[in-house]
Amino acid sequence: MPHDADHHHHHDHDHGQEPPSDIALRVKALESLLVDKGLVDPAALDAIIDTYEHKVGPRNGARVVARAWTDPDYRERLLSDATAAIAELGFGGRQGEHMVAVENTPTRHNLVVCTLCSCYPWTVLGLPPAWYKASPYRSRAVIDPHGVLAEFGLTLADDVDVSVWDSTAEIRYLVVPERPAGSEGLGEDDLAALVTRDSMIGVAKLAPLAR
Amino acid sequence: MNGVHDMGGMHGLGPIEAPADEPLFHAPWEARVLALTLAVAAWGRWTLDASRHQRELIPGPDYLAMTYYEKWLTGLIALMTRSGLVTAEEMESGRPAPGLAKAAPPLTAERVPAVIASGGPTTRQGPAPHRFRVGDTVRARNINPTGHTRLPRYARGHVGVVERDHGAHVLPDTNAHGLGECPERLYGVRFSARDLWGEEARAGDSVHLDLWDRYLDPA
Repeated sequence: MPHDADHHHHHDHDHGQEPPSDIALRVKALESLLVDKGLVDPAALDAIIDTYEHKVGPRNGARVVARAWTDPDYRERLLSDATAAIAELGFGGRQGEHMVAVENTPTRHNLVVCTLCSCYPWTVLGLPPAWYKASPYRSRAVIDPHGVLAEFGLTLADDVDVSVWDSTAEIRYLVVPERPAGSEGLGEDDLAALVTRDSMIGVAKLAPLAR
Repeated sequence: MNGVHDMGGMHGLGPIEAPADEPLFHAPWEARVLALTLAVAAWGRWTLDASRHQRELIPGPDYLAMTYYEKWLTGLIALMTRSGLVTAEEMESGRPAPGLAKAAPPLTAERVPAVIASGGPTTRQGPAPHRFRVGDTVRARNINPTGHTRLPRYARGHVGVVERDHGAHVLPDTNAHGLGECPERLYGVRFSARDLWGEEARAGDSVHLDLWDRYLDPA
């Protein structure tokens, strides 16, 4: 187990916690018990973590968005049956079994939340960021979307309406952001590199490209 | 249940903290909790709905104070002890009960890619009558069950319009409690922000919820 047995190793992103914390020790003890009982395979645990650290993340969603921007037929398929259209690019499975894509326009902005827990489209965005799972965002996104967006530094024009998608069932939502001005002529790979996670949750827009 | 987890529409829970350089996991134990939760779930002793409900059962003050993976850890331990996968004595001692034969984990490393890639679709075939059609006006029922439900409090009693028919989906309200999947029609319903929140909300804004047939009445 990569994190075991080295209590002197201070990981560099612990935000001030003193490792090994009480909870780190509890989790380590639990894992040992479950491995000793034969309930879990430690190699499977590593494989799960590797999947979400290296294979499944917002680059998947960015591929989908870039394809939709460059291929009108694909965009149509994405908006009518997102699960199938996303599967065309090889993405699917856990927490993305039933997808809907919602497209931002000059007059409509989409924002995704789960007020009851933290449902999130893992297949296209990976694991959710901490703020998405925390109470401030979950509580206020539905009642005060403009205030929430302002906290992310985004102020929408007065004529832009907000649709908030509270994904409390098993349908998962992917926001297709507007293609940034100045990106004309860019290929699909270059476009995908522009697409941010936050723009696909709906808490950001993509900035115009400086030319 | 009307727990603090059902927090849509609440004020006062603090500012959103969204650092630009946030790591995927804040500490290695968070990754282990994620992996343990997925790996132990492969035993099939509980449903995804039951695991969500288990986290809702964390007492409100604790729920609000915990981080996401602390809730997952608390829920996982409760599910494992309730289902008998581990005993309280084993949790206490940290060792398997004496004389116990070692089990064979259902989720091996080789199976991880296939299991994650297949997921757990909740659509179901078979008869699931739809009382409502796209375009119908519906009212979310005023229900206050003490068990699991996915009808948020803020929508109860409010009128919306059916925008999508998602087909029949497993019903969380029963499935979370071991009472069967009872598939029902799931509808995408649009509520105007003003209907939900009053005149201070912007006229063109809306909130969309996916709601099961039994959550709705004609309006």
